[in-house]
Amino acid sequence: MKNLDLDLIKERREQPWREELRKSKKPKERNSVPRVKMPEAPIEERISSLTIEVNQGLTEEQALLEATRCLDCPKPSCMIGCPVEIHIPSFIKFVEAGKYLDAAKIIRETSSLPAVCGRVCPQERQCESQCVYNAMKKPPVAIGYLERFVADYEREYDQSHPKKAEETHITPQLNGMKVAVVGSGPAGLSFAGDMAKLGYQVNVFEALHDVGGVLKYGIPEYRLPNSVVEAEIQKLRDLGVTFETNTIIGATLSQEDLEEMGFDGVFVASGAGLPNFMGIPGENYIGVMSSNEYLTRVNLMHARGLESETPVMLGENVAVIGGGNTAMDSVRTAKRLGAKRAMIIYRRSLEEMPARLEEVHHAMDEGVEFLNLHNPIEYKSDENGRVKTMLLQKMELGEPDASGRRRPVPIEGAIEEIPVDVVVVSIGVSPNPLVPNNFNGLKISPKGTILVNEDNQTDVPKIFAGGDIVRGGATVILAMGDGRKAAAAMDEYLKNKK
Amino acid sequence: MNLIVEKKNFSEKVVMLRVEAPRIARARKPGHFVIVRVSETGERIPLTIASANEKEGTITLVIQAVGSSSQRINALKVGDYLHDVVGPLGRPTEIEKVGTVVCAGGGVGVAPLYPIVEGFHKAGNRVIVVLAARNKDLVILEDEMKKVSDEVIVMTDDGSSGRKGLVTAGVEEVIKREKVDRCITIGPAIMMKFVAKLTKEYNIPTVSSLNAIMVDGTGMCGACRVTVGGQRKFVCVDGPEFDAHQVDFDELLMRLNSYKTPLKK
Repeated sequence: MKNLDLDLIKERREQPWREELRKSKKPKERNSVPRVKMPEAPIEERISSLTIEVNQGLTEEQALLEATRCLDCPKPSCMIGCPVEIHIPSFIKFVEAGKYLDAAKIIRETSSLPAVCGRVCPQERQCESQCVYNAMKKPPVAIGYLERFVADYEREYDQSHPKKAEETHITPQLNGMKVAVVGSGPAGLSFAGDMAKLGYQVNVFEALHDVGGVLKYGIPEYRLPNSVVEAEIQKLRDLGVTFETNTIIGATLSQEDLEEMGFDGVFVASGAGLPNFMGIPGENYIGVMSSNEYLTRVNLMHARGLESETPVMLGENVAVIGGGNTAMDSVRTAKRLGAKRAMIIYRRSLEEMPARLEEVHHAMDEGVEFLNLHNPIEYKSDENGRVKTMLLQKMELGEPDASGRRRPVPIEGAIEEIPVDVVVVSIGVSPNPLVPNNFNGLKISPKGTILVNEDNQTDVPKIFAGGDIVRGGATVILAMGDGRKAAAAMDEYLKNKK
Repeated sequence: MNLIVEKKNFSEKVVMLRVEAPRIARARKPGHFVIVRVSETGERIPLTIASANEKEGTITLVIQAVGSSSQRINALKVGDYLHDVVGPLGRPTEIEKVGTVVCAGGGVGVAPLYPIVEGFHKAGNRVIVVLAARNKDLVILEDEMKKVSDEVIVMTDDGSSGRKGLVTAGVEEVIKREKVDRCITIGPAIMMKFVAKLTKEYNIPTVSSLNAIMVDGTGMCGACRVTVGGQRKFVCVDGPEFDAHQVDFDELLMRLNSYKTPLKK
């Protein structure tokens, strides 16, 4: 169990306004309120566009009512489930009191990207899985929805009151030290925010032409608008963080260059960008591509935008291979690009699917077909090399494997051939080798991940690492948690060294 | 950054740009490339670094106008900026002393060949350059190549400059005349395929620099994947140079046509 700052939790909880608020309703009144339902854009409307956000956000009334459900526990177990340990009851009680900007302040103490996390975190496996309501056999408080409500409220407030927003900028007291961040994805952004608040001069280096990593190139607009990510990044700029795009550490600038530039510490958060393929016959035919390529063309390069010069392959029958969140993002994108038949091809059953339940449901609502217990074994093409059909091996579940999940086993002779125009391979990623290959002294695992100690420190004392380059393919919030942990540890290390 | 400081028209469709990019100029080695985006709405396209001046902080790119992006790049003037330039990307050419090296370049591929010719010559090799083009007007860098090599043979399809014939004829002439220790070829995929076929007959180790479709250029998407010796490789991080005798050129040629057939609406 993590060490929560119980003193601070207690101090906040015992403030008179909060005691009063807590007593204003009986627990029974609170826990008899049904959990809020997130309003969603109508299906027909949303699948006709790449940009309409599916989850529309809570109304103020909904947020106020949902906030009353929180029982304001003295030992808030929800916080233990949050990788960045947001003071959850504290922010929710500010929501109940209608003080949304104060709620935002609480969240920002420990999270640099609340509008992002409120949208893409798998709360059902994190904060909400630890909510006391679970023990009461009731649905947990909708912490993620409330976080999103607060962050969206704050962003809209800032945008409509630019002057006031400026006044509330925190200008950290610089401590004279500077740190470099390799990669501007969720791990790098979270680290950058924390270090800037601690008074470091922070330079973030990004290889692509736009900042945000997977938040920009990977997660689609209908789930996470780029404008929301951009607003969060602007908050970091306001804190004094500088971003340099088109800069590849290990290529444009070397380890020695960073040394010469006088960085006291380096945080490597270069992610796991290298797509895996299956290695089956025909996988290089035209129309077969990685989910990274497909999503990058659509999300980062705006391939279907009016003026964009980047093309994207369209088809009537689109098959997406895999069962993770990236597979759901790809298949729902295919639907929005006009596919008549958008299919998930997954070798296990629905139960084993690693994607968030919410995403699976959204995909089903939108008409995505699920071919579970199917595994591609070969692609066939037309005379120009364009993929035309795929051979699918039907599977059944056998004995549990090392992961504890029942292993899919081919059913002998059960092979079908279906027509496909576009195939998106979404079976995972490997760590990007650019940094590991071009840095001296780092210890690298056989899988290509950077090895770190429990403080996220590498074998080179001033270099820390976190996110997917350490974990392999994981989640946004775990990456953010790493960034936060690494920031605290590096601060400790650099202060002691001084 | 990315200010265009010099522009030269090699021919109607081939343009040389010298671009301010001090970090890339400092880090680049022969064989490296950059990804360029002409504007906010432009696509990311790969271009090999033809040469660089570290002191002035500039890199030189040679661009052939074949599509919308390259046409827009070629329409830029001195004083304009490229929106994005990122690099250096790929693995640099392995330059070593091997003896006699034949460098065969076709069309705009002659530009990326230049730093490689220069490198091998500096390393003490006898370097013979075979330049091929459709006609006289499309022959580029002939004089520059002469300065950094022992011999330049020009081949044109119509015989309007040098000798009439394909690049392979020029390469074979050298092979028949003297011992060749290595061949390096850069140009259209179809040309490299036939150079590789020829040198394989003579058992001459051959390297080709592949020109696949790319998006990010840093290994994250696999758009540029090719089959080399039966293995899947990404041109942007494992290449762009590979053992030409191991490359599946037919697959490369096929994949280069990915976006040529009109996309269904």
